[in-house]
This record gives sequence, structure tokens and C-alpha cells, in this order.
Amino acid sequence: MENLWCVAAVVFQLWMFVVVFLITLPAMFGLSLGVTGVYIQILVKLLEWATVRIQRGQQEQPGVPVPLPTGIIERAEVSMEEEMWELRRSRPIPAKEFALSDVMYFYKKGLESIVDDQVTQRFSSEELASWNLLTRTNQNFQYISLRLTIIWGLGVFVRYCILFPLRITLAIIGLSWLVIGTTLVGFLPESRGKNWLSELVHLTCYRICARGLSATIHYHNKENRPQKGGICVANHTTPIDVVILANDGCYAMVGQIHGGLMGVLQRSMVRTCPHVWFERSEMKDRHAVTSRLRDHVAAKTKLPILIFPEGTCINNTSVMMFKKGSFEIGGTIYPVTIKYDPRFGDAFWNSSKYNMVSYLLRMMTSWAIVVNVWYLPPMTRQDDEDAAQFANRVKSAIAHQGGLLDLAWDGGLKRGKVKDSLKEEQQKMYSSIIVGQNGINPSETNNHATDDQSAFF
Amino acid sequence: MGSSSSNLNTIPNSQELMQETGFSAAHLLRLYERFEFLDKDNKGHLRPEDFEAVQELSTNPIGDIIIGSFFSPGQETVDFPSFVRILAHFRPAEKNRTRDGAQPEPANSSTGKLKFAFQLYDRDRDGKISREELLQVLRAMLEMQVTEEQLESMAERAIQEADLDEDDAISFDEFKKSLEKVNIDHKMSIHFMK
Repeated sequence: MENLWCVAAVVFQLWMFVVVFLITLPAMFGLSLGVTGVYIQILVKLLEWATVRIQRGQQEQPGVPVPLPTGIIERAEVSMEEEMWELRRSRPIPAKEFALSDVMYFYKKGLESIVDDQVTQRFSSEELASWNLLTRTNQNFQYISLRLTIIWGLGVFVRYCILFPLRITLAIIGLSWLVIGTTLVGFLPESRGKNWLSELVHLTCYRICARGLSATIHYHNKENRPQKGGICVANHTTPIDVVILANDGCYAMVGQIHGGLMGVLQRSMVRTCPHVWFERSEMKDRHAVTSRLRDHVAAKTKLPILIFPEGTCINNTSVMMFKKGSFEIGGTIYPVTIKYDPRFGDAFWNSSKYNMVSYLLRMMTSWAIVVNVWYLPPMTRQDDEDAAQFANRVKSAIAHQGGLLDLAWDGGLKRGKVKDSLKEEQQKMYSSIIVGQNGINPSETNNHATDDQSAFF
Repeated sequence: MGSSSSNLNTIPNSQELMQETGFSAAHLLRLYERFEFLDKDNKGHLRPEDFEAVQELSTNPIGDIIIGSFFSPGQETVDFPSFVRILAHFRPAEKNRTRDGAQPEPANSSTGKLKFAFQLYDRDRDGKISREELLQVLRAMLEMQVTEEQLESMAERAIQEADLDEDDAISFDEFKKSLEKVNIDHKMSIHFMK
């Protein structure tokens, strides 16, 4: 018995030594021993081999349904005008008239959306073109070969028994360091030294957490990094976005105060750094939120605010409507694009399917998280555009940089009803085609309702 | 799509459905996953509310009419076989299909598609599109954009043009004649990915 305890103690000490000296300390100083880099390269080679093998296997077994990353139907991107013109081409009467066949255009569009619609596609994980040897992404991939299955089994062992405990340890160290560090620094009086120390604590903690997820982050265009007194906006895929961005700079976070562990973290963070936490009741009051954020931005010495204007997590294949509230505050906007590489792990948080804890567990048992972060040049609102147009301009820039689809749909309505104004737009378009100027002009309807309750997140 | 892999055995009567509608096994599986996704409470059938949850459909001017076409008159639910049968109308027609006279007209032939489009107008299924039925569809597509008089004159023109036997309604044959130059197969087909 004694011997067993001795052995266990030695193993534990060795473990802690590895973790602390080989991972935590280098992480705190922003250095890397290069182990993760080698790991990623091995993984890439492995996945490429697996892809080739699977494709070969699929050719031999024709009955298997093929994965479809872009949805199950092919939509022709033709405008309504072109379609209507086509429908009339062969007819003797002039084009600007109602024709019985017009209804086919709407019918086809309607059925296409029943079979596969653009919005719900964005709220389930991206379907990969080829299996990446994780059980959770195994959709319709059937048994191909023994070697593949062995590699998969080995992968399960490595991920769950070796990487997972390592990552959990790192996460615990990181978070407790955050709480302890910020509490200690919080006792100091306000001074430049305190700010510097607080930034140090935050940075090191986030770096440890990033290691805890085996995250490899590539930052591009660092010269455009958000400055103090500005607002940083980014597309939202997962709560981990915060960790990813905070690895390279300090931000003031905005959000609701939660209870439990999150609440503890939030309360300790705000001791050293002016984060903007709201009570639940305050969130409903748009003016209170705007004025607090405005005050924060006006004090040019405060850290840049980090906001995710989509308001909800999207699956990283597209960018949905940006809520205009963040763009009304004023100040300079620093757009950032975050793109995850889906081969190494699915970063999307499907909040209706998984709660936070099971999501984090899934993250910690993926291969790794590989992320590209692009800092875009700062933007300000022009005189002739309103907040909604400015929001769209920023959204397009972000989507363009990351190769994401730029959608106008509102992610927040994934469980609610669509505004009638969108239907009216379709009707307007159709009437202008067949009636032209003879139609009556209804008074201008504002597409984005001004009494929108949740204008921020 | 994001759901766990199911295979054909979970779909009842899959072989007959494939025969009848012409969907391949892979497509049927995809459609079943979609059906299950739309059926949020796992009832096994769909109701109008389940269709209305699709955002893109609510912005379609004739969205409600399309939803209505899935439900036979008097019925309030649609099960998977009916769902698939209706979608089968929108499969691209097969070229060079030889069939003997005993087989029923396939749903996705030009005539099948035309019949289906006809039913969109002819809601009470009496075999004729009356002026009122035409007005209903026009109203849905244009609503606030035109006046009532303009709607009526449009309907009048359409009926005058298509109504050959002068009974003030459009029968199926008249409908077919009026659309003979339109490439039905192209306009009313959804291209499923291979």
C-alpha cells in the first residue's frame, strides 16, 4: 500500500512539474516550446491521409450518402427580375403584366426554403467535407477500413486520457490564477502600476486558458489592433472568442452579471479593470446601456470595449445581422474577424443543444482549436449613413475578410417570428416588375424597427 | 444538418416511397432528417405551425398558400410519406423515360408539375380557377402595393387571355395551354445535390 502511495505521489509531482514548468510558465510569458506546433502538423498529415482513405472508400461503396457542407439543394442565385423575364420570354404580350406562371417562382422559392433554409443551416455545426476522426462529427460515415478505425480508437485514447486531464488542469490553474491575481491587485490604489499589473494578470490567465484548449491562434494585421477608447466588434461563434481575443490585448467586456462560477469571475475581474457588467433588469433599458457605454468610450484612457453585435452564437460559416445599438455609441470601431478551422474541432456553441459545461468538455476533448484572427482597419460612421447602414458596412467588411457568407437575417429571431417588412419587400419587388410606376407608393416603412427591445445583444 | 446518422431502416416503407417518388436513398434520408428537424416536438407529423417556423417561408408572399398545399382539404397534419410525395413534384423530370400506359403519370413530369401548380390556384379543388381564387393569389403576392381596382383588372386580363371556352373560369386544359411555352421542368424543379 505504502509503495502505491509513493508511486502515485511521484507521478503527481512529475505531472505538476510538466504542467507548471513546461506549459504554464512559458505561456505566461507568451513563449511557446513548439510542442503544439508539431502536434498540429502531425494532425494535419493524419487528417489528409484519412480524407484520401475515406474518399477511396466512398467510391467503393456507392450507397452511402455524401456529406453536403452547403446544404442539400443547389440554389440558382437568380434575381426575381431575371426569373420573371424568363417566364415571359416566349409570350406575345408585353412583359409588364401579371402572368399565371409567375406564381411558380414564389412556389419554387418557398419549397426550397422548406427543404433547406439559410437560417437554420447556420445554427447547426458546419458539416465537414470529410470526417476528421472525431466521433461527434461522424454523420453517415460508415466503416471504411480497419486502419482508419484503429487510428480513430487511438485518437479517442489520446484525447480523453492524455490531453483532457492536461487541459482540465491548465484551465483550473488559469481560472484560479485570475481570481487570486485580480483580488490581490484589487487591493492596490489606483495608479499606472496597478493598470500594468492588472493587464499582466489578465493576459497571463488568458494565455494559460488558451493552452488549456490547445489553441493555436494566428493574428493578422496586428497594426490594426483596437486602441484605448475604441470599440472592438467581432463575429460570434462561441464564448471562447473572448479568450481568443484577450490573448493579444486587454479588453473591457460587456455583458450580464451571471450567478455561479461566471459571477465570481466577473466580480473579481471588475476589481482591477473597468469591465461593464449589467444587471439583468438594466439590460432592457436601452438608454441606460448606451449611456454607460458612451461614458466608458469617452474616457479615452479606458480599455477598448469588446462587443459581439450578432447577439448570439452563429456557426462560423456566415455573419448575421449586426444589432445597431453598438454602432450608435460613437467612437472608433475596430472590426475583427475570427475564423475557426473546423477540421480540428467544432468550436460552435449550440446553446439549445449543449449547456456551457458540456460544451467546454467537448472543446477540451477535440483535437485542438486552430484560429485565424484578422484585425481590420478602424471604421467610423460617415455623416450620410445611419447606425443600421454603418452596422451593415462593418458586417460586410468582416464577412469579406473571413470568407464568411454575409446574411441579412437576424440571428436573434431563430426562435421567433420574422418582421412583416421583409415580406413586404418581396411584394414591392414583384409589383415593381409587373406594375412598374403605376403601383401606389406606401409610406416608407423602416426596415429596422426603432422600438426594438434587444438592440444590443 | 448536424443530426446523428440514421439509416433507411428507420424510415417506414422506404422502398415503396423510393419507388413511388423516384428519390434516391440518400435524398430520402436527407428529407427525413429535414422532416424530423421541422417536427420540433417529435410528434411524427407536421402541422402548419411547424412550417411557419421557417423564416424564409414567412417572408414569401404566398407562404401561407404554399403551406396550405401540403395539407389536403380538411386535414391538419401531414406525415412523412405525404411530405415526400409533395416534394416529389419538384424533382427534375427524368429524360427519355419510357413508360407503358398502365403506369400513373409520375409526379414530377411536366403534366404532374402543372397539375400541382394548378392546385395552388384552385384551392377548393373543383377543377376550375374562378375569378375569386385568382384574386386571392394576386392579393397575396401584391397586398399593399396596388389598389383593389388594379388587382381586379389584372385578374380580368388573365382570365380573358386564358379562358377559351368563355365560362369565366380557367380549367386545367386552358391552364396548360396558357403555359405551354413555359419551360415547366426548369421553373418548377429543385436541384438536389448528388
